[in-house]
Amino acid sequence: MKYPEGLKYTEEHEWIRVEENNIAYIGITDFAQKELDELVYIEVETVGETLDKDDIFGTVEAVKTTSDLFMPVSGTVLEFNEKLDESKGDDPTLVNKDPYGEGWIIKIEITDLEELEGLMDAAAYQELIEE
Amino acid sequence: MKSTPLTNKHIALGAKMAEFAGFNMPISYAGIQEEHRQIREKVGVFDVSHMGEFIIKGKEALALVQQVTSNDASKLAIGEAQYSCFPNNEGGIVDDCLVYRLPEDQCAKGEQAFMLVVNASNIDKDWNWIQANNYFDTRMINISDQTGLLAVQGPLAVEALQSLTDIPLRDISYYTFVKGKFAGLENVLISATGYTGSGGFELYVDADKTERLWDAVFEAGAHFDIRPVGLGARDTLRLEMGYCLYGNDIDDTTSPIEAGLGWITKTQKESFINKDLFAAQRKNGTSRKLCGFILPEERRVPRHDYPIENESGDTIGKVTSGTLSPSLGYPVGMGYVEKGYETEGNHIYIVVGAKRLKATVTKPPFVKI
Repeated sequence: MKYPEGLKYTEEHEWIRVEENNIAYIGITDFAQKELDELVYIEVETVGETLDKDDIFGTVEAVKTTSDLFMPVSGTVLEFNEKLDESKGDDPTLVNKDPYGEGWIIKIEITDLEELEGLMDAAAYQELIEE
Repeated sequence: MKSTPLTNKHIALGAKMAEFAGFNMPISYAGIQEEHRQIREKVGVFDVSHMGEFIIKGKEALALVQQVTSNDASKLAIGEAQYSCFPNNEGGIVDDCLVYRLPEDQCAKGEQAFMLVVNASNIDKDWNWIQANNYFDTRMINISDQTGLLAVQGPLAVEALQSLTDIPLRDISYYTFVKGKFAGLENVLISATGYTGSGGFELYVDADKTERLWDAVFEAGAHFDIRPVGLGARDTLRLEMGYCLYGNDIDDTTSPIEAGLGWITKTQKESFINKDLFAAQRKNGTSRKLCGFILPEERRVPRHDYPIENESGDTIGKVTSGTLSPSLGYPVGMGYVEKGYETEGNHIYIVVGAKRLKATVTKPPFVKI
């Protein structure tokens, strides 16, 4: 199980990686992709919308389960990773193969950077999973 | 949480484990879709030792089985099995089961012997139910904890297993069984049954020999690329065939007639629990019917309890099972709909949050093997 440093984590098993100018990438954790098993579809229909922390920004379908995706912080959804978009012939299992890299799900502009302080760091998230 | 005789083996194999019916069970090893294809195309092995087994033996064993099950066990010759269910007093189903008519070598003169194989989650409930209805001269023995069970399923099952026994496996026809020597172990019950639609065998063995059987099966099957398969693929495999899962598609409140199990509800046999109600339902119809449906244009997957609507948005039922079909590449499911909507080709709508997914009623099996 991988818990990269430098990311922030949520109890719903999303991660967020903050870049410059309030821009951030969001995906699901290695633990989440293992629990879900192979993803078969990822739906994100919120591009262009400004959402609050904990709002649903999309849904993942695995063979056995459906799971909603939640915003770790408030922000505007700028982009859905089109490499995951099956309607464009791409591959949702990238999330299984590389959850923290190629398998990022959305790019956002964060509304309020202070909200990041309420999230877990790698060590705290690892403790949550392994307890 | 209980273990099967193989739980530690699954953990050592790196399986994803989860609690199922009180047992620590393997959900998947290499991924559900890959394991699913393994069964459809080659051969794989499920540990289903969590299942329950009861022996019913005595002068009136047949009479008890006839009273508590819906199918006609009097039609079973020794060495044959049938799918059946236990109706309750309210018109629902206590559990579904397999009924085996066993050899009578352990019986006194005039006695018969049956084995009932039941769902792990219902072992105590079924036991109590049958006991409560046992007004007959029979004994019941719960051998669930002493019994291991492997399901070796897939088109290469015969070839993969034949080197383990002198019994010609190809001659064991569907829903029959042979008890004999297998992998050097005595008294293995080799049953040509399963829950996948891809053929193969279920092997009942003494619990303490289950690990030896598992190892022997993998050694013999290595040449055929035999693989372990978890409960995740077991569910997608059964759903592609439209087989009911107790607790999802059938339960204490669903009648076998509305669940499409009329074929195991033999209302012409002499007597069984709630026979008259089922005869009336068969004659007059039921207010709802379990139907299958496919969603070839959709990628969202219908799940248990999602509402079903008609074209104009009235709620007409509920999804009981749904999955992405690994063989077809699109979602399939089953659910109860109000009478009249179950016609093949009819369009129904599955409600997922704010969306409505258009589904087409289709008679299972969804996948033709």
